[in-house]
Amino acid sequence: MTGHERGPAADVDVNEAVAQAHRREWARVLAATVRVVRDLDLAEECAQDAYARALRTWSTTGVPDRPGAWLTTVARNRAKDLLRRESVLRSALPSLVVDDVVAGPDDHADPPVVDDDRLRLIFTCCHPALSRDAQVALTLRLVCGLSTAEVARAFLVQESAMAARITRAKKKISAARIPYRVPARTDLPERVSAVLDVVHLVFTTGYTAPAGAQLVRQYLVDGAIHLARTLYQLLPGDGQVAGLLALMLLTDARRNTRLSGTGELVLLADQDRTRWDTRLIAEGTALVARSLGQAQTGYGVQAAIAAVHAEAATWEDTDWTEIVGLYDVLRRLWPSPVVELNRAVAIGFRDGPQAGLDALAPLLDEPALATYGYLSATRADFLRRLRRRQEATAAYEEALAMTDNQVERAFLAGRLEEVRTHSA
Amino acid sequence: MAKYLLLIYGDEQLWQARTPEEIKDLNAGHAAFVAAAGDAVLGGHELEPSTTATSLRGTVSGRPTPTDGTFLETKEVLGGYYLVEAPDLDAAIALAERLPEVSAAHSGVEIRPVREAS
Repeated sequence: MTGHERGPAADVDVNEAVAQAHRREWARVLAATVRVVRDLDLAEECAQDAYARALRTWSTTGVPDRPGAWLTTVARNRAKDLLRRESVLRSALPSLVVDDVVAGPDDHADPPVVDDDRLRLIFTCCHPALSRDAQVALTLRLVCGLSTAEVARAFLVQESAMAARITRAKKKISAARIPYRVPARTDLPERVSAVLDVVHLVFTTGYTAPAGAQLVRQYLVDGAIHLARTLYQLLPGDGQVAGLLALMLLTDARRNTRLSGTGELVLLADQDRTRWDTRLIAEGTALVARSLGQAQTGYGVQAAIAAVHAEAATWEDTDWTEIVGLYDVLRRLWPSPVVELNRAVAIGFRDGPQAGLDALAPLLDEPALATYGYLSATRADFLRRLRRRQEATAAYEEALAMTDNQVERAFLAGRLEEVRTHSA
Repeated sequence: MAKYLLLIYGDEQLWQARTPEEIKDLNAGHAAFVAAAGDAVLGGHELEPSTTATSLRGTVSGRPTPTDGTFLETKEVLGGYYLVEAPDLDAAIALAERLPEVSAAHSGVEIRPVREAS
């Protein structure tokens, strides 16, 4: 059976081919179209149009060998037509600043490392002059090709509010003339790290949804990983890119073991490690080595920690000394209360719950963690293991008050019930 | 090319407490900015202190009464501006980064695109 045959089966193939081309090629199609039309909205319209046409055309002609190239050509031709038709009307509107030779104001001798339309699109969406919320929304909408409704759902915002946020961000890009450009080499590390923060935020939002009945929103996880793969392919020499990709792959490798058959949260300690994705682990571990070979970066060290977990055949085999050592490196690279908290957890496993509790003590009046449920949950767990059940009860109650994710709530409620019953 | 207004904000009390030496440095910093920016600078001035400001608050009926003071009561006040020309925001940011106020903790620059006449 080939893609050229017609009939219901072929239609299914075509639908799947278009869906796949959307997942894999959307950013490329849109980014190439933006460069021609110099207008984000018009380019989006034309790219959507190309996918609609693919659905109609491919069932007759078969799926082309290079779907991305086909879609790009159709979208760009459509855009050129529209531009010709509306040339008088459009000439008055502000357009996107697109320059083919990439350079800052006075560093023409500093070309970008790679010139790629997808990179231009990503860097434009994650430009530091846009707010973080706007960066994330634009990246999901324009680079990952999610619908406004999906983006809104991911961040628990009304669709109309998300649509307004996206419109405002696009308006700023054109009015303030944020350029459609890969930054010059000297600015690249800083700009890449802003992009990676956005990608990581998308991943963590998908990995543990802030609220709702579902723990994981896989479409966000997949979107973040696809983005990181694209970045890695384009910037293979950047240690932080390799590090973030590794971190996400090693984390996602556990996806099938994080929930029990009945939808309850399963802790790392209790996960069935035989069901971890060994292919992702192998890929992630190799990337950790590459990343740390290039530079010690925050994402690279976090990935190294995930790799230590991945390499332990059982929870008891976990090399906590290695993990505490990596957290010592991480806290130098990325001083943050959350890193301190995770380090305290590792110390708790290396040296016992009392040592963990002691390591936690300085964090208790840390304002940045005041509403961070994991701090209370961690304390509760140490207290539970020390059989200080009344204090554990209070700490679990505190943790419960701080999460809206139903799967996490169910887990905490279970533990709370357990310590309550035993202390009665 | 587009035009941007670079609005220089800072803590006026600290500005007024400057020593003659610091004022000399600042002036040298602005001279260096103008020299480096060249044709990109279309105009610019330092403003008299905010205590000299007069505001006219818009009203739907009758003539507005002039009142003493700035339009917004803020700790950081507008101390000066430049009108510059730049191809895009990155270039405007690169220009603004050269302003001496960017390297003091109490002051900074807001970059506002000027709306093109259509």
